[in-house]
Formats: sequence, structure tokens, C-alpha cells
Amino acid sequence: MSAKPTVPGKSASRPLSPFMIGPYYRPQLTSMLSITHRLTGISLALGTIFVAIWVTAAASGAEAYAVFSSYAHSIVGYLLLVAYSWALLYHLCNGIRHLFWDTGRGFELKAAYASGKAVIAASVLLTILVWVAALAA
Amino acid sequence: MSLRSPLGQARGLGSAKDGVGHWWLQRLTALALIPLSLWFVYSLVRFPLTDYETMVAWIKAPLVAVALVLFFAAAFLHAALGVQVVIEDYVGGEGKKLLSIVIAKFVLYALGVASIFAVLKIAFGA
Repeated sequence: MSAKPTVPGKSASRPLSPFMIGPYYRPQLTSMLSITHRLTGISLALGTIFVAIWVTAAASGAEAYAVFSSYAHSIVGYLLLVAYSWALLYHLCNGIRHLFWDTGRGFELKAAYASGKAVIAASVLLTILVWVAALAA
Repeated sequence: MSLRSPLGQARGLGSAKDGVGHWWLQRLTALALIPLSLWFVYSLVRFPLTDYETMVAWIKAPLVAVALVLFFAAAFLHAALGVQVVIEDYVGGEGKKLLSIVIAKFVLYALGVASIFAVLKIAFGA
């Protein structure tokens, strides 16, 4: 294989590593949780626009807040809130798992799978708990 | 034997020029967001915040306003850092990558400042 000589200021055309998940790499719990962490992170970042609208509506007065509230109480509003609450709780639980990994522990195959399953269970249970409490209030 | 020059080793900044700054701030905000987001979710459930009077009274409490400002600051900073990493990983081409990062940061910082300003406006009683 002949590498092209590099020109200053221009990057060489080196081979790139392929996107592994799919034909080359069987999906597994750990890699799926990893990509879900990113997807929930991006979703939460996109959802901050609604958080900003929510507090800005409150700062704008009762009328603006009533408009926001009516949207939040629609079917779509509830669906987005349920999805957003799960995304937040999942990212929180898996984030704690990541912080624990930062201490250099929990990388053994068995431990990584056990913590992964715990994250799924905890995020679903917490989401149910939050919505049972919210709707009962 | 280290291949780094003594000065490079002392500065510890590496090829990215900002060392572990990004990594550390991502962890610091993550750690802060554990109690803050739990408190935030608890508050949303605890109070009927869809009611305007309740919402305003809630934010007017000094501790709530401070916690909300901290929560928004940590959350938007954490989001900006995280989105940057995802863009760096998946957006090809230096120009497109840089433009995407600039737009994402501008939008997230603007939303963050708007959120914090709204909290302060209510807290200081407008």
C-alpha cells in the first residue's frame, strides 16, 4: 500500500475505519446502551428548546403561560414529556455508570452487563414512578 | 522514557491544546447534574407547575431560583460539550464540522441564557 505524500495544510487520504455496528459487528447490550446514551443526550439537548420556552413563557406572564400549559396538556405534549422524562432518567442512570467506569472499575464482562441491565430497569422503573406520582398529584 | 518535551509535559495540553479541560468539565457538570436533575424531576412531580401562580411562587423562593440557575448552567454546558463530541465523531469535513459546532454552541448558549434570564426575571419580581 502506497501512502500519498502529505502536503502541508492538506490532510492525507488515509483509510478510515468502517462504521462497525451492522454487518461487521453483532449488536450487543453494551454497545446498544452506549449508542442509546448518545441518542438520549442529543434528544435532551434538542428538548432544551422546550425547557427554555417553558420558563420564558412563565416570565412573560399568565397569558403566555396558559398557552404553553395548553400545549403541554395535549396528547403530543404528554407523549413528548413521557419520552423526555425517560431520556433524562436513562441518561442520568447510565451517566452514573459512566462516572463509575471513570474510576477504572466495573469493566469486567459480567459487571458491564449487570450494570447495563440495572440501568435499563432503573430508568424504566423511575419513569413509571415519576408518572404515577405526577398523575396522582 | 517519555517522548514529550519537559515543557510539554509540564503544560500537559497535548495535541488538542486544551488538555483534559473538555473531559473534566463534562464530568464536573455530570456530577453536579445528578442531585440537580433529581431535584428538578422531583419538583415537577411535587408541584402542579402547569398552574401559573404555583410556578411563579415556586421560582420566587430564593433557594429554588439559585438551584434552577445552577441546574440550567450545568445542563446547558453539559449539553454543549456533549453535542460537540457527537459532531466531532460523526460530521465529516473540517469546515462542516466547525460550522456545526459553532451553530450548536451558539444555540445552546442562547437557550441557556434565555432560561436563566427567565428565572432571574421571575425571582426578582417582574
